[in-house]
Amino acid sequence: MKNIFQKWFPPLLMFILALWFFGKLHTPADKDFAFSAFGQLPIVFNGRVQPMDSLARNSLLQLREKQTLNLEPWKDWNGKPKIISATEWLANVTMNPVAADAWPVFRVDNPELITLLKLPSKNKVEHQDGKYYSWNQIAPSLAAFDNENQRIEKIESAHRNAYENAVIKMHERLVLYVRLKNTIQPSGAEDWWGELNDYEKLIPSGVVAVRAQQAGQKFDEDVLSHFTAFVQEFDRMNTFEPPLIIPPDSGINWTRTGDALLNAMRDGKIDPSIKTYATMAGAFKTGDVKNFNQAVVDYRATLVPGFAKELQKARREVFFNQMEPFYNAMVIYVLAGLLACFSWFNLSETLRRSAVWLIALAFVIHTAGLIFRMALEGRPPVTNLYSSAIFIGWGAVVLGMILEKFYKNGIGAVVSSGIGFLTLIIAHHLALEGDTMEMMRAVLDTNFWLATHVVAVTTGYASTFVAGFLGIVYVVLGVFTKRLTTTLSPDRATGFGFTVGGVAGALVAKRSTELGDNFGKTISRMVYGIICFATLFSFVGTVLGGIWADQSWGRFWGWDPKENGALIIVLWNVLILHLRWGGMIRERGLICCAIGGNIVTSWSWFGVNMLGIGLHSYGFTDSAFKWLLLFVASQLGFILLGSLPLKMWRSFQAKDKP
Amino acid sequence: MRTLADRLIGIFISLRLTVILLAFAILLVFIGTLAQVDEGLYNAQARYFRQWLIFGLDLFGRKIPIILPGGYLIGTLMLANLIAAHIYRFQLSAKKIGIQLIHAGVIILLVGQLATDMLSHETQMRFTEGETKSYSESPRNYELIFSSDDGANSEQVVSIPEKLLARGGEMKIDNLPFTIRVKKFWKNSEPSFRAPMMQNGPPLTTNGIAVSFDFRPLAETKTMDDKNVPTALIEIIGVNGSLGDWMISGWASDEAMIRALQLNYSQQMGTQMAENITSHLTAPQFVSADGKLFKFTLRPTRIYHPFSLTLLQATHSVYPGTDIPKDFRSRVRLQNLQTGENREVEIYMNSPLRYAGLTFYQYQMDAGEATQQTGRAPSSVLQVVRNPGWITPYLGCILVAAGLVTQFMFHLIGFISKRKTK
Repeated sequence: MKNIFQKWFPPLLMFILALWFFGKLHTPADKDFAFSAFGQLPIVFNGRVQPMDSLARNSLLQLREKQTLNLEPWKDWNGKPKIISATEWLANVTMNPVAADAWPVFRVDNPELITLLKLPSKNKVEHQDGKYYSWNQIAPSLAAFDNENQRIEKIESAHRNAYENAVIKMHERLVLYVRLKNTIQPSGAEDWWGELNDYEKLIPSGVVAVRAQQAGQKFDEDVLSHFTAFVQEFDRMNTFEPPLIIPPDSGINWTRTGDALLNAMRDGKIDPSIKTYATMAGAFKTGDVKNFNQAVVDYRATLVPGFAKELQKARREVFFNQMEPFYNAMVIYVLAGLLACFSWFNLSETLRRSAVWLIALAFVIHTAGLIFRMALEGRPPVTNLYSSAIFIGWGAVVLGMILEKFYKNGIGAVVSSGIGFLTLIIAHHLALEGDTMEMMRAVLDTNFWLATHVVAVTTGYASTFVAGFLGIVYVVLGVFTKRLTTTLSPDRATGFGFTVGGVAGALVAKRSTELGDNFGKTISRMVYGIICFATLFSFVGTVLGGIWADQSWGRFWGWDPKENGALIIVLWNVLILHLRWGGMIRERGLICCAIGGNIVTSWSWFGVNMLGIGLHSYGFTDSAFKWLLLFVASQLGFILLGSLPLKMWRSFQAKDKP
Repeated sequence: MRTLADRLIGIFISLRLTVILLAFAILLVFIGTLAQVDEGLYNAQARYFRQWLIFGLDLFGRKIPIILPGGYLIGTLMLANLIAAHIYRFQLSAKKIGIQLIHAGVIILLVGQLATDMLSHETQMRFTEGETKSYSESPRNYELIFSSDDGANSEQVVSIPEKLLARGGEMKIDNLPFTIRVKKFWKNSEPSFRAPMMQNGPPLTTNGIAVSFDFRPLAETKTMDDKNVPTALIEIIGVNGSLGDWMISGWASDEAMIRALQLNYSQQMGTQMAENITSHLTAPQFVSADGKLFKFTLRPTRIYHPFSLTLLQATHSVYPGTDIPKDFRSRVRLQNLQTGENREVEIYMNSPLRYAGLTFYQYQMDAGEATQQTGRAPSSVLQVVRNPGWITPYLGCILVAAGLVTQFMFHLIGFISKRKTK
């Protein structure tokens, strides 16, 4: 009985989690309003066709760092706060702003900013959580806020402090919110459908009046003032640069509602899409479920002939959003990592195997997400910092899994789930900046360089990390266990070698064992080999980047922070190799230097972006810097540990001194 | 007994030197990156990388008294180290071929970068649609130009570089019948219009553009985006004494700055008025001496080419509904009277034009919808780079990559097929 349990528990656990994941794929049916159908409508924002659902989720991420909206944030989890979907929220912002304005959608963390905006502090009785605030709460302080924002915008971004950064960020959030409010109708519209009809009727006489006025002839002042009021209102909508929701009659250029209304002056007719959206808005505001749902269906039907491709892309992207592959994979990685760690304590093989099964599941989801994303974008895997994190994590999980396959002691499982989790949480935080599938700027718009330079550099970074983490394994095993002096069986050595260095690694590790090396010696040979590999890729990647720059700006090397970061990695690896060749460091020196590579790489990958300067700076938050410092400190700790005198290492204590 | 020469050679071929240089290089690159936060890219580059020795650091507003080797010193020593080791240890064996390739590649890279640093120069060609240019201008340096027409279609031009003006004092230039005394020189400056009916102070001088414009010195800028626009007060002294004081300023002749100024004024008072005001600034200034009329102006240093480019069309497209640039593109006509060439070329991001030892890159652009709305003529700026060493990175990269692969494979195979010796 126990055996059966041990045998079947791991796949069963995986099966349960797979069910959980597939359960999330299934969209819950709309209870009344057809929000999911509304979410699938294609629009153009950030320069690309996307579904309303993506606009809603990315906007919420920017405003409150979550993809859903908690309407009662002051309640604890067990108080069952009411949570609504991003699309439902967007429907309210665009069509019924009176309701949306009262929802606590803006996250404000900075205490000085809270004071500036005169926001209430945490108070459960008055339904305040001290963190999330509504538009209505912020609006009274907008004048003071504007003054402060104008002052701070003049400061260079590298010189702003935490409060000033918070103000700039808040300004972006407020602009985004107003932008959304002017998407379907002007933000202050009372009866949009009525207004539209008035405007359409007024167009002929209005145009006549404007022409007459320009020609200096007599005109109807009443008509003119009425008409200009309309024009000004539509113009004002455009100034906020809301999403482009009106599909083109012909050609490819989508327009904003405001622009489309101004264009209506030319032929005297309002675009039918504007009217359909107005019907939706009217029905939504009055709670008329039937007419709203009918309008959404009608609108989709009008899009089918000319915009089949856009509809399909929107539908696929909604599916991708719904899947949240990277978030779900992250959750499973955490679970797997915990199981693997527990397996160390009670040495339970069942727990270890469960961890492996779970990692396999998470890995499948991770891979599916990666491929789906590439297909949606039509780009190589790495296009920005966000995707670099996902890609590096993916590669590390592959390596860890192979290690586990051959070595079966939980180390590989912990490494792969650990790095998988770490990189995905980094990606999760990077996604807070907004759309992660943004269009590539003119200079970046080349799949050739993205596929060569970016992939080579990313591989160089990843392998430097692998060498560094292997170094940590060496130090931990050496100081706390006797493992390093044991000798591996050729099979295990092969597996271990293959994990960290592919075919070449497998051959080296096997040979090394056959030559009588102990485990410690084998690890250090591996580290050496990986550093060679990392040198090759970081060098080639960096120089390719230089050549790309030479092609586009006419300078091979510009001492840009990101370039410098990559250069430091190359120099660091070269330094290690020369130290080793000159006999200035031996086994432990090599290991400590390799751990130092972790610091150097984290600096190049993230640190330089935090300086807020240069061509590659993507903007970053202060909190990330704290984490970077923590990571650097931990690596220094490992180096210190590795520098302990040999007699304090359990591996080298007793019998044979190396 | 080892001689001194032996010892020196010993030092230069030692791995220890390599390691020390690499360590200093890492430190320098790190410091040079941090320094960019306060000093800006250009200054940090000049202060740390294009330098032999660095005296004292400024990081995060703090002074650190320390002497470090600069980029030039490290680079030169690395080169010496590599070449020396190469010569002394050179052995043509299959085992070493990888190392030889890597080091040869690195030497090419280092020499190439040094050559680029010393020999390459960047200028800019700025034109509006329809305009033809046969010269490009320095983005940083200015020159004071005196030109006189003899009437016989031949123009006599004398150029005085900004550097000489910055030194101040009196200067006598050949071919000019007068001496120039620099009374004031501001590396960076700002003009302000002396609007009529306003409370203006006395003008800086009563000749030329100073009547309608005041100038005041500004702190030297350090960022990449801004540039220093110099202004100077000069006195021109003829054989029989002073001919008068004039203001000369980069603001009066640098098209980029005039455009920026016009834009600024037109936002305040409309395009018509802005053009009117700036015309007072760009009005030519003359001095007459020795029976000749000399026109003079402080303009960006020019380099003339034996061919011309005409901007046919400037295209700037963005992704719909955003400011994210999708494409910058200049269609130009290339004409060379000597070779009889006359053809159209498209220059866009990642696709420069290489011609006559120069490379033309799409640099800046004022075109597209936003430009159309303001009624400005579309214009484009090309970065013109002469870099004789442009091929070296390509070569160096191939050599090093090939060398690394060979070397590592050799090691690997050697190790795997190693016999058990014990």
